[in-house]
Amino acid sequence: MAGWTTHTGQAIALPLENVDTDQLIPARFMSIPRSEGYGGHLLHDMRRNADGELDTAFPLNRWPEASILIARRNFGSGSSREAAVYALVDAGYRAVIAPSFGDIFAGNAVNNGLLPAQVSESEVERLISSVPTDLSVDLEACTVRIGGADVPFSLADTARTKLMNGWDDIDLTRAEAEHIKGYRDALMQARPWVWA
Amino acid sequence: MTTPQTLLDKLWTRHEIRRRADGASLLWVDRHLVHEGSHHGFAKIAARGLPVAEPDLTFAVVDHYAPVRDRSHIADPDIARMIRTLEENAKTHDVRAFGLHDARQGIVHVIGPEQGLTLPGLLVTCGDSHTSTHGALGALAFGIGATEVAHVLATQTVWQTKPRAMRITVDGSLMPGVTAKDIALNWIAKLGTDGARGHAVEYAGSTVRDLSVEARLTLCNLSIEGGARFGMVAPDTKVLEYVQGRPFAPKGQAWDRAIADWADLQTDDGASFDREAQFDASEIAPTVTWGTSPEQALPIDTTLPDPARLPEARADAARAALDYMGLTAGRPLEGTPVDQVFLGSCTNARIEDLRLAAAVLAGRKAKVPGQVSPGSALVRKQAEEEGLAEIFEQAGLDWSEAGCSLCVGMNGETVAPGKRCASSTNRNFRGRQGPGARTHLMSPAMVAAAAVTGTLTDARPLLEGRL
Repeated sequence: MAGWTTHTGQAIALPLENVDTDQLIPARFMSIPRSEGYGGHLLHDMRRNADGELDTAFPLNRWPEASILIARRNFGSGSSREAAVYALVDAGYRAVIAPSFGDIFAGNAVNNGLLPAQVSESEVERLISSVPTDLSVDLEACTVRIGGADVPFSLADTARTKLMNGWDDIDLTRAEAEHIKGYRDALMQARPWVWA
Repeated sequence: MTTPQTLLDKLWTRHEIRRRADGASLLWVDRHLVHEGSHHGFAKIAARGLPVAEPDLTFAVVDHYAPVRDRSHIADPDIARMIRTLEENAKTHDVRAFGLHDARQGIVHVIGPEQGLTLPGLLVTCGDSHTSTHGALGALAFGIGATEVAHVLATQTVWQTKPRAMRITVDGSLMPGVTAKDIALNWIAKLGTDGARGHAVEYAGSTVRDLSVEARLTLCNLSIEGGARFGMVAPDTKVLEYVQGRPFAPKGQAWDRAIADWADLQTDDGASFDREAQFDASEIAPTVTWGTSPEQALPIDTTLPDPARLPEARADAARAALDYMGLTAGRPLEGTPVDQVFLGSCTNARIEDLRLAAAVLAGRKAKVPGQVSPGSALVRKQAEEEGLAEIFEQAGLDWSEAGCSLCVGMNGETVAPGKRCASSTNRNFRGRQGPGARTHLMSPAMVAAAAVTGTLTDARPLLEGRL
């Protein structure tokens, strides 16, 4: 995964709260291998009308080039399915801006280079009223730049460093092999029942 | 004097291998449970040519895609492939598997505790958000994404930032027919689906102590619906009695050492929480969701909300939810006709859940069709031995095999568009039980009551003299 520091792109809004992972990617698409791509299934049911046709007025259909999504509170709540993040990433999204995110979703997002930028509710409402518009996101400064003004966002330090460095956790952890072995040896002595 | 610690502090310290300067902890994983949906994780380690680090601490369970009717032939090639892939991955990596035809097969969050895989003090991960269930035994248990699944497979560890600590205290006596499900839906309705976001929830208070272990599993299971990745209850003698003698539980001297080791797994007096919430159990009524988020829940004897009277921020969501659900603002919740019922899922498909539903259904007929899917093959067997299966079948409900089934709609079972289902599951999200499906979450007793009357109904009168 490549690290990144700034991104400029078109921002659009999905002005809904509690956009859950079942809506981001309905369960019936989850048996697909990642190599086939998940972008076409992003918000599959929400972006279609009753006849199953794409609703041309729906923001994601109207502005297919968008790469920044603005939503209301508790975006990505629900299941741990990382496919919800794959769908956003494969559809070209680099950042989601919302007042809050589901904890598991936010972790999954960062593990795939997608920024979950937490912005105050009032600023989110202001951004929603400004879309579609081009925005710049700066991980170094933790700001969203809109029309020459900066809006701050919150992001855990751990998430920020990971996004900027494009760290691969497995490689990082394998460098901890000695610590892990030490822990494991002590555990085997102290709590042998762990190995049932 | 040492600083008083919370149960979360103690569980975290036990598993922390080291903490990075940015605050992330590298945690040891004692139990990694995988299911068909873990295929991304296995694909990731295969792509790097890595083995499973600790096959003996990894357990594979067929549940999400498990057919619950005819298992002799799986017609859908995608479903067959998902199950086959898991079984092949388990074999390749020498991981113990509870396959589709195993006598112990079932939903991962049911069979973990049932088999004694889940123990107090262990750290349990699984690529499923309802992993919080296992915290009911005093484990540190949480759902992880596919990248983390791959990481645990490859290293038996996971990076995690310690959540803030929250305590939900419930005191007092529950009314007969009111359950752990109602406690959960009640607190989520009050605090919101993000009410416990960023926190690990410890459930405490006299009501929680009085709950059976199975009821605590239900309570912890629903933590994630209130935003908490972790739910937990301090283990007590009930938990020890529950765990002792289970197939994977420690035995003999190991058991004695283990219970001594678990003795300090409780929050110290005077330990502080980042957040506290209190509830009075006697005020909790049977609770039903009316909308498309678990926070949109109300006591059965109330009326549907009127968006015009809600704060603006909630009004749009309420209007959209009522529209999707085909409901009218201001009308009573009770008496709403349902098309079908579902009793099952990791939330409410243990033997006590089935007993409670059977208490409502005994000698009665269901007015609408429905499926009962026990949480595991062993629960199924026990329910048959106790005569519960017969009660369900005589009532006219389908008695099926164990799996996630209609909770998540991956095994081919779905609720048809526009149909209304009274469901003992955990999510009423749009399309959760199938595109256009209308889901009402409630306790097993309430599902059974809905079956009997064909409408959303207060189960309490139907349980009179039967508990």
